[in-house]
Amino acid sequence: MSRAATEVVVLTGDQLVRTLTRIAHEILEKNASDTSLAVVGIHTRGAHLGRRLHGLLSKLSQREIPEGELDISFYRDDVAARDAPGVIPKTPQPVVKDTNLPFDVGGTTVILVDDVLYTGRTIRAAIDALFDYGRPDCIQLAVLVDRGHRELPIRPDYVGKNLPTALAERINVRLRECDGVDEVVLVRSAGEE
Amino acid sequence: MAKRDLISIDDLSAADVDLLLDTAESFLPVLQRDIKKVPTLRGRTVINMFFESSTRTSTSFDLAAKRLSADTIGIKAKGSAVDKGESLKDTIITLSAYSPDIIVIRHPRAGACQLASANTKASIINAGDGKHQHPSQCLLDLFTLRQAFGRNLKGLKVAIVGDILHSRVARSDIAGFQLLGMEVTVIAPPTMMPREVESLGVKAEYDLADLHKADVIYLLRIQQERISQGANFLPSLREYATVWGVTRSRLRPGQKVMHPGPINRGVEISAAVADDPDTLIARQVEAGLAVRMAILYRTIVGGSDSDTKEAL
Repeated sequence: MSRAATEVVVLTGDQLVRTLTRIAHEILEKNASDTSLAVVGIHTRGAHLGRRLHGLLSKLSQREIPEGELDISFYRDDVAARDAPGVIPKTPQPVVKDTNLPFDVGGTTVILVDDVLYTGRTIRAAIDALFDYGRPDCIQLAVLVDRGHRELPIRPDYVGKNLPTALAERINVRLRECDGVDEVVLVRSAGEE
Repeated sequence: MAKRDLISIDDLSAADVDLLLDTAESFLPVLQRDIKKVPTLRGRTVINMFFESSTRTSTSFDLAAKRLSADTIGIKAKGSAVDKGESLKDTIITLSAYSPDIIVIRHPRAGACQLASANTKASIINAGDGKHQHPSQCLLDLFTLRQAFGRNLKGLKVAIVGDILHSRVARSDIAGFQLLGMEVTVIAPPTMMPREVESLGVKAEYDLADLHKADVIYLLRIQQERISQGANFLPSLREYATVWGVTRSRLRPGQKVMHPGPINRGVEISAAVADDPDTLIARQVEAGLAVRMAILYRTIVGGSDSDTKEAL
């Protein structure tokens, strides 16, 4: 650990706000006649982004739009494998947060919101989770950053920024609500070629 | 990482307990929606071995596993090879051939779970072993208390009243309540008080004179099945009810009554108290399902990032 990882800011706070505003306009343009919009953010940062997007959509459309948040822990496809003694699970399993969908999902057009789209596995889990609450008419996906490397046939409908990355790189989305600052940074870990 | 068992409440740290109770809380919305099932443990197998009678614990462990999409098998001593003289060790070895992920065990002998764990790759969850431990009951009691009194239970005064000597619930609850900073008093007839119970850090009392000091009164049934024939612990149940039975007039308003069930009306608890909607007894039963889902989930999935212990 001699060299620190290098961070490059790819979206500043101002740019992030403008990007969300643009996505809100795109959502309303695509769903002009749709009165059954609902916004659902995926924990943790997707839920914060969902709340902001919901604020923008309500203001722009002058309509009452339901919103909720989703925790996908119980729908993950990497529930730790037990048969490998001595191996600690690759992904630490986080504390489960609350799922809160205070509206009937059935018949709505759900705008699913997440911060980073990567393998697509989170979105697969989120779609499965949503269907256990009801049968939406339609699900559209809005993400702040699409970093590529999909492992499932999933594509976003609204993208804040397309950011082709190497597998060794990381995208850190930091939001005021939980990190005290709005920015998206690309992290190249030290020692990686 | 070794397999995770839950055999005694002493295996858990306060942080482990918090994580389990938080996880249980996140299962509550699942239990309220139309599709009361998540796919988390799809393809896993849970064997429920109940070698002692049980309603609440066995149904809620079974339902908890089903709500998590696991496959479940229930085994009782009666009607199984145990009837034909098979030992616990051999039963466990036989069942392990089917590669279960979790075996839930209730057994009349203390230590049955340790023996089972040593003979299988499956995780063992103790659903009550003799007079030893009943950790899932303790966790659901803590969950119920957290719902009634808020997250911080520090300083809460609990009186556990009844047959402390024969009670595994008392042994688990004393440890669990103290782990979260609660003050525990045990009240029992002298014959039903374990010797040197004060060494557990509890206060021992022999009548209900100071009952009003407790915020929570936790009642226990007299464990007839653990009292050998002819043993003389009590002159009569009527005398027990007169001296140690909790009736309305012995309660101060605001005191919360808990009981792990099954209750014996007219003995440790009067019918009026048992039927009072203000007691937490029904809430304990409700909590059982979410808490046992959390136990099964954390047994397979593990703790959070900071998890280093072998236990949950």
